[in-house]
Amino acid sequence: MPTSRDTKVVTSRFGDEAAKTLAGYEKTGGYQALRKALAMRPEDVTAEVKASNLRGRGGAGFATGVKWGFVPPASATVHLVCNADESEPGTCKDRELMYWDPHLLIEGMAIAAHALHAVHNYIYIRGEMMREYAVLVKAVEEAYARGYLGKNILGSGTEVHLSIHRGAGAYICGEETALLNSLEGKRGQPRLKPPFPAVKGLFGNPTIVNNVETLMNVPAIIDKGGKWFADLGVGRSGGTRILCVSGHVNKPGVFELPMGITFNELINDVCGGVWKGRQVKAVIPGGVSMPPLDPSELDVPIEFDALQTDERIKPVHYLPGKQFDLGGGKPLRTMAGSGGVVVMDHETDIPKALWRILKFFAHESCGQCTPCREGTGWLEKVSRRIADGTGKPGDLELLGTIAHGIAGNSICALGDAAAWPAMGFLTKFWPEFEAKIRRAA
Amino acid sequence: MFRSLARARGNIPMSLEFSADSQHKITAICERYTVSGSKQPAVLATLHIAQKEFGALTDDALRLVARTLDLSYAHVFGVATFYTMFRREPAGTTTIRMCTNISCMLRGGYEVLAAFETKLGFKKGMSNKQFHLVEEECIAACANAPCAIAGTTYLLDIKPQDVEGILADLAANPRPEGEVV
Repeated sequence: MPTSRDTKVVTSRFGDEAAKTLAGYEKTGGYQALRKALAMRPEDVTAEVKASNLRGRGGAGFATGVKWGFVPPASATVHLVCNADESEPGTCKDRELMYWDPHLLIEGMAIAAHALHAVHNYIYIRGEMMREYAVLVKAVEEAYARGYLGKNILGSGTEVHLSIHRGAGAYICGEETALLNSLEGKRGQPRLKPPFPAVKGLFGNPTIVNNVETLMNVPAIIDKGGKWFADLGVGRSGGTRILCVSGHVNKPGVFELPMGITFNELINDVCGGVWKGRQVKAVIPGGVSMPPLDPSELDVPIEFDALQTDERIKPVHYLPGKQFDLGGGKPLRTMAGSGGVVVMDHETDIPKALWRILKFFAHESCGQCTPCREGTGWLEKVSRRIADGTGKPGDLELLGTIAHGIAGNSICALGDAAAWPAMGFLTKFWPEFEAKIRRAA
Repeated sequence: MFRSLARARGNIPMSLEFSADSQHKITAICERYTVSGSKQPAVLATLHIAQKEFGALTDDALRLVARTLDLSYAHVFGVATFYTMFRREPAGTTTIRMCTNISCMLRGGYEVLAAFETKLGFKKGMSNKQFHLVEEECIAACANAPCAIAGTTYLLDIKPQDVEGILADLAANPRPEGEVV
């Protein structure tokens, strides 16, 4: 039986001001999963999360339990860090999650910390999220006072500490190794991998970095079982999925929905259709880093594997007839990313939309790698003149070539994140770009 | 001349000091990171505190942060100039961070930014005594675009005609970002 659209794993307390307090949270079943987890062996908690098919909700969709399993056995000091640096344009779920249900995040982290033997743990929250920071600070204080955090939580002998670390404005700190550098009090510049954080992360210790939504799913997995969670989802993706819909729809919003709902269902059934009676022209499927879809590709389920492999989604080309290769001949279609769905109606000026996206990446490149630092600036400059109506013949080929030169050639994924939408928009909307340049000439 | 050269190299201890309350806070923050064996992880929080206390991260403020955390001035300078929330110059009491990124742009974000500039009488990046206007890169409230943030207050689904009322309200109830520090 397909999962009902009313199934709420992480948003059941949305809109309930009382649930933000510890008393309100406990009254609605809060911290029962932590009690259950503390009675389990840590490796059994990890096994349950593995069985749940929970996949990272920050963007990459990596299997959470598998990631936890990467920590070398018998490591002396392990850290768990929650990535709450949500700043991928189009994504607005973690901020809402922390605001409405801070204790669910704390409970999820305490359970994960128990599984990982992690004592000193941190939430890295985006600097601009001042309201949510205040909510979390209060919730952590309450949790310490009631023994859900501290030296000997609930008398179990397990020690779990949690501190909140505020960022100060830098998109790149959402990249996990940049985040760790920022937590260490450095500039937020990514590290070369390997070593991966699970082996050598914060302060040189094994560290697991998980997204807010990911960790908030953990209490339900422990409470109801990994199989229950896996069965909610489809294929190798367990649970529900939060989708943030913005742009040209009648009812934008943050919705927890069954994994695998299609874009057409999302836009028409959940969001009341495209505004002003217009048609869809383009949809960004999961934050602006992801190549867009055109109207013929919207019956694809919103699920991690489908968006990468479904043949109804055209492969991305960097120049006409030249397919972009992810390695081993594998084409790039798109990815589910962070769940930020941006809908553009048929009157949208696509060259202008692409310019705005590329301006963002040029602003946020940390400056460490030459292809990204220089390349994102060039992408912004060339796309700006196309959008302004002063593009030159050959500019599209130039954009595609620059993007191809950035992709895969930087330490972290920010370079790819800038190159992919550039190549994706060119692939799907080449004639519109061409027409704009022709008018300029 | 010699004195200012030496100061530019960061070699002269300055007279700036944190208030007792801030010192207390910084000590407590450092305790969160004792496992690291260093005070360096406290630098972002300490810079937030310094910006609140001194209004801007001047050279002297950066030196004070460096001295407080046993870090080099160069390191603190490098960190302070990397993150967009830190400023080297004083600014108006309430910072309005207006997003114009894709979701906001699609629903009129640039028109709202222009309305802020018109009503304030100055361009983005500038300040008067009450306000500092910043063009922001996404504040994670995309479902309520166009949106802006002023301290702990979110301004959602803004229309250009709302701007005058928003400014009047923020003038009466300032929202300094230092509120949560």
